[in-house]
Amino acid sequence: MPKMIRPQDLLCPRPEGLYCAPGDFFIDPVRPVARAVITHGHGDHARPGHDAVLATPETLAIMDVRYGAGFARAKQAGAYGEAVVRDDVSVTLVPAGHVLGSAQAVVRWKGLTMVVSGDYKRRRDPTCQAFEPTPCDVFITEATFGLPVFRHPDDTEEIARLLRSVAQFPERSHLVGAYALGKAQRVIRLLREAGWDKTIHVHGALERLNGLYERHGVDLGPLAPATVDSRAKQDFAGAIVVGPPSALADRWGRRFPDPVLAFASGWMQVRARARQRGVELPLVISDHADWDELTGTLDELRPGEVWITHGREEALSRWAELHGLPARALALVGYEEEDDD
Amino acid sequence: MRAFAELLDRLSLTASRNAKLTLVRDYLSVTPDPDRGWALAALTGDLTFSAAKPAFIRKAVEARMDPILFRWSYDYVGDLAETVALVWPAKPGANREPELSEVVDALHGATRAEVQRLIESWLDALAPTGRWALLKLMTGGLRVGLSARLAKQAAADLGKVEASQVEEVWHALHPPYEDLFAWLEGRGARPSPDAAGRFRPAMLAQAVDEAVDFAKLDPADYAAEWKWDGVRVQAVNEQGVRRLYTRNGDEISAAFPDVLAALDFEGALDGELLVMRDGRIASFADLQQRLNRKSVDAKLMAAFPAGVRAYDLLAENGEDTRVLDFAVRRKRLEAFVARLASPRIDLSPLQPFDSWAELAVLRAQPPAGDPQIAEGLMLKRWTSIYEAGRPKGPWFKWKRDPFLVDAVLMYAQRGHGKRSSYYSDYTFGVWKPDEAGAPALTPVGKAYFGFTDEELKLLDKFVRDNTVERFGPVRSVRADRDFGLVFEVAFEGLQRSTRHKSGVAMRFPRISRIRWDKPAREADELTTLERMLERMEQAR
Repeated sequence: MPKMIRPQDLLCPRPEGLYCAPGDFFIDPVRPVARAVITHGHGDHARPGHDAVLATPETLAIMDVRYGAGFARAKQAGAYGEAVVRDDVSVTLVPAGHVLGSAQAVVRWKGLTMVVSGDYKRRRDPTCQAFEPTPCDVFITEATFGLPVFRHPDDTEEIARLLRSVAQFPERSHLVGAYALGKAQRVIRLLREAGWDKTIHVHGALERLNGLYERHGVDLGPLAPATVDSRAKQDFAGAIVVGPPSALADRWGRRFPDPVLAFASGWMQVRARARQRGVELPLVISDHADWDELTGTLDELRPGEVWITHGREEALSRWAELHGLPARALALVGYEEEDDD
Repeated sequence: MRAFAELLDRLSLTASRNAKLTLVRDYLSVTPDPDRGWALAALTGDLTFSAAKPAFIRKAVEARMDPILFRWSYDYVGDLAETVALVWPAKPGANREPELSEVVDALHGATRAEVQRLIESWLDALAPTGRWALLKLMTGGLRVGLSARLAKQAAADLGKVEASQVEEVWHALHPPYEDLFAWLEGRGARPSPDAAGRFRPAMLAQAVDEAVDFAKLDPADYAAEWKWDGVRVQAVNEQGVRRLYTRNGDEISAAFPDVLAALDFEGALDGELLVMRDGRIASFADLQQRLNRKSVDAKLMAAFPAGVRAYDLLAENGEDTRVLDFAVRRKRLEAFVARLASPRIDLSPLQPFDSWAELAVLRAQPPAGDPQIAEGLMLKRWTSIYEAGRPKGPWFKWKRDPFLVDAVLMYAQRGHGKRSSYYSDYTFGVWKPDEAGAPALTPVGKAYFGFTDEELKLLDKFVRDNTVERFGPVRSVRADRDFGLVFEVAFEGLQRSTRHKSGVAMRFPRISRIRWDKPAREADELTTLERMLERMEQAR
């Protein structure tokens, strides 16, 4: 690292989001800005109304579906691994393993490399490309599940529990709450891999994103809209229905016979969270790195410095401190409690 | 251990009774002996360990991880067993996961120091849910929302027999109940119920249908007695084995040493557990102070002295009296209680009457004294034997008409399980002048039943359409002089309460009618309830 160049000269937090002064752009800004780099398509990271947007082609396609083609004036697709250079600053999008098209933003300037992880996870996900570790001076990590209580189990075991419950309660329908972008498709794909080849019923809010995933080569198998008139209620006995969590627990969910409410989320690790939402079958399936993945990634990368953003910054800071990694919490506002609806 | 852990995990989040029965029954049918027996014992509360104190578990985990990270984790999760289960640093391949029976066997033979080492090695070998189940078992009390009664019902379902059949033999059995499962699976004879101090399945009454039954029944065939507002119990002393059971066969001896000490007889009594002071019974609120406790101290026993008001004799000196007619049993019971001469065991008196019309008047206006706080009347045919279950004909209960009040819906909360998408739990209030003298609503109770599924849909819609504020799962509903929904609320009694702002608490409140037609300003005032309460107190 050349002398006198400090990381905060390259990236620093502002109310709008993380700002790169030498390149004059924001990363995942929460308010409309002139130039934005978007790491992935979840609503609190990818907002409409920016003037120019750089993102992966998949993320741009997701934003098209969610906001309509006019979500930004200028769109630039940055394929994984392809550097985009302007004013001496280069930005390379590298797979983050979070959802389809999700990326880490690798920002280089005058010999300094900073990686903005965005949201990420390290385990296998059949619906998106795996996280690629990039050596760097500063790693800016998320910390959604930054507490040692969050240890996500193997997702195939969670899906096996769901299928055991379906076999045990054949007269009931199983409603799986799953966030519409990424989680829903991953749950469906994991069910297919576990051998569930029956039609899976889906809430209308999922349809367009399901189509987009299929166009990107994720085979979701036979799907049908979960719309019924009251006559057909019993047809849903033994069925698996996937929809946004908020709809399932509310009036929409009443059309199904004696439903078992399941919810696929990292928060389901904690029993009180499941109880609070009336979830009978919590499925601990998360798009985010759990505690072991967060700490394992820091250990693997051993960056010169760690910045910690949205989530439980204090616990991960503590861990970094105990392991001799300089770390600081970066207060970025505007991100919701993720992995939720 | 894995299957047991998954069972506990599912039970802890399942609200529906039928789903719980399915979960337990399926577990019992696929799990081999002796594991399933130990599991059943754990579920019925017949297997508890105090092998590990929370302090030890805390120390063990803090030796393995940063105490500050542990504290933050505990603050977040809020439950020690669950926190430790989640944060315990895994040692993959450390050990084979133990079976439940291995855990039980090891604990039975181990010293305290050995126990602690064992627990740590099991925590290393188990997955988080397994660790959670183990810690729940070790620290005593599973608390997964399953009653002992329901666990026995699930075992009965396995063998397709009545739950009372299992309850009757239960107290002669010992975990891991291999003889019970052999019988339930048709591989062996039914275990003998003839153990000293055992529970005898209770005889229950049908509700009388005034319009139909009285025309067919001859008052001369029936005895009447008051139906007391306590807890139905069976008090047993056989060959020195003293026990107190609820009507479901759950043993509550440990919480009532004062009653147990008074059982100076050889036999079994059926009666009502009540708080008694100088031969007079106290309200249910007093008895509540003594219920659901594992143990009790002298101060509480002195403040709330418990006793049994006896109404039947099930065994005497080794003789099974259940086969005798009620008339004969009653004579024997009167002599039995008179011989005891105990201030803690008295006789539930018969209420003489000549006609159903006369009895109806007594029910509406009970005589002074204890009958004033009775729940109603019991009718028992003189020629009836004591049979388990709820046979139609020999015994009837004739409850007093409920009290009624018109109240206004104030708050609604989401229900549980099947009703979790509905606002189905309602808090209602009556009018009371505020500081300025203007009428304002004050909450007087909460009810979540008494309406049909169709009505629930309409109520849910009303709540959603008229929400004023939301607090998590609770909504406040518009309720003022000019607008609001009136409920006719039925309840069994009133008690003074310091916990409720209104100063009164209702017993068994439920919605008896939804008064869509009634203007909110015409609902009752708090003074109506206060006058009811005064009348009840004066009559005693």
